[in-house]
Amino acid sequence: MIKKDLVVIGGGAGGLAAAISAYDNGVKDILLLEREDHLGGILDQCIHNGFGLTTFKEELTGPEYADRFIKELKKRNIEYKLLTQVSKITKNKEVFYSNSDEGFVKVEAKAIILATGSYERTPGAIMVPGDRCSGVTTAGTAQKILNTTGYLVGKKVVILGSGDIGLIMARRLTLEGAKVICVAEIMPFSNGLNRNIVQCLQDFNIPLYLSTTVSNVIGKNRVEKVELSSVDENLKVIPGTAREIECDCLILSVGLLPQTTLLEEMGGVKFERNRGPSVDNNFELQIPGIFTCGNCLHVHDLVDFVSQEGLAAGKSAAEYIVNNKEEKDKLPVTAGGLMGYVVPNYVNKSAEELNFKFRVRKPTEKAFLYITQGDRLLKKQVLTLLLPSIMVEGKVKLTDLTNEPIEMRVDYE
Amino acid sequence: MNKEFTCIVCPRGCHITVDEQNNVSGNFCPRGKNYVLKEMSAPERTLTSSIRITNRKNCVVSVKTSKPIPKGKIFEMMEVVNSLHAEAPVHVGDVVLHNPLGIDTDIVITKNIL
Repeated sequence: MIKKDLVVIGGGAGGLAAAISAYDNGVKDILLLEREDHLGGILDQCIHNGFGLTTFKEELTGPEYADRFIKELKKRNIEYKLLTQVSKITKNKEVFYSNSDEGFVKVEAKAIILATGSYERTPGAIMVPGDRCSGVTTAGTAQKILNTTGYLVGKKVVILGSGDIGLIMARRLTLEGAKVICVAEIMPFSNGLNRNIVQCLQDFNIPLYLSTTVSNVIGKNRVEKVELSSVDENLKVIPGTAREIECDCLILSVGLLPQTTLLEEMGGVKFERNRGPSVDNNFELQIPGIFTCGNCLHVHDLVDFVSQEGLAAGKSAAEYIVNNKEEKDKLPVTAGGLMGYVVPNYVNKSAEELNFKFRVRKPTEKAFLYITQGDRLLKKQVLTLLLPSIMVEGKVKLTDLTNEPIEMRVDYE
Repeated sequence: MNKEFTCIVCPRGCHITVDEQNNVSGNFCPRGKNYVLKEMSAPERTLTSSIRITNRKNCVVSVKTSKPIPKGKIFEMMEVVNSLHAEAPVHVGDVVLHNPLGIDTDIVITKNIL
């Protein structure tokens, strides 16, 4: 058995920042565990540019962005293990991992930071109808195969879902010689960033069909055709609108979900509407000493925000370890109205300020954010051009708090 | 006739309008104005792709153009990129090719393969 002050699970953007920050805030005895053969997490396969505008004030590719943080980690001599899978964590802050060098190992930690990222919704998860043939894959898998081994997953491609990874892959596959026939999106709006619709679809004349979904997949061994249908306002297929499109590949970009298996198996963790765990304003779970950050908490649209969250979680974990700082008095923070979810879900009563992040459920031209405690209005703010694909950040000063929950709401008026 | 643009400089994605007198509106920051004026005269994009690593099995390494290139040259540049290969070890920032197609840019490695 090993003892460590801090174990960080996951060596992607969140975990790297968390480990670096914990170190800089006084915790030197750190172990970072990564299941892949490289640090950097998903950034390794995101070879397109546009990362780091907030953090470094320049446009970097994913691997370059990761490299900046990996260098910082190595400069501090923070211990990390690759190809190492964590199979279990406990409320007593035990971490069980395995790898081919050491076999099964148990670590007793003073604190744990989970930075396990997210996973893609699968064809099964959205119940794609039709044949179960080969040639149906998720956008992230297609990206990994193309960008790390150099293989195309298809030559005539239909993409279902207009999430950013799908848009990025539409461009990437086109550059590498595939024909991307179209992107179909079931919602009446895209879930990707506007800039990606312009530079990934419009630049290459790839059509985006809104309110459209795949109503059938046809193929004996390999995908031969997909059937696209229009949907009504309840997202139900409108009969008679089906048209067949010949293709050899269907790529799904239908969303990411927080990877929280370790927390689910540990038990005692409450999960929110976005499927991430409940945390307080220090990114601590309701179990003292266990922290989380990045996409396993809530899925981000920008890596810069993941890094910021990692830095904050690392600092909180360091305060917990070094100062034995433990917060007992926590007030719930609730999300209402058009707000889909909010992070954090609790705030320590001693906090002087609340930094929050949320997403709205549907595109909204103009709305108001209300933050209240009981009858008292803590903040009112006008918000414009809200989109589900864009996370909103903000903060509010906290004074004279009572024991009532803090209610956050986005409403039309 | 007003021209409409979606700015691609940052994730904010401003909707920018340019009127007949070249007045720019709707941009949140000055970079947006520069973007649409450039986009109307000579649009440019940074190209990112990958090239083969010959001394590793099933391995490619990511590359980019160090400066944006004319949008119309993207596919021609892809042909150049696809003809390139490198041998490990390679490092972030290594230049694989100077001034491809005579354009003022370099093709540089964006990942460490050691």
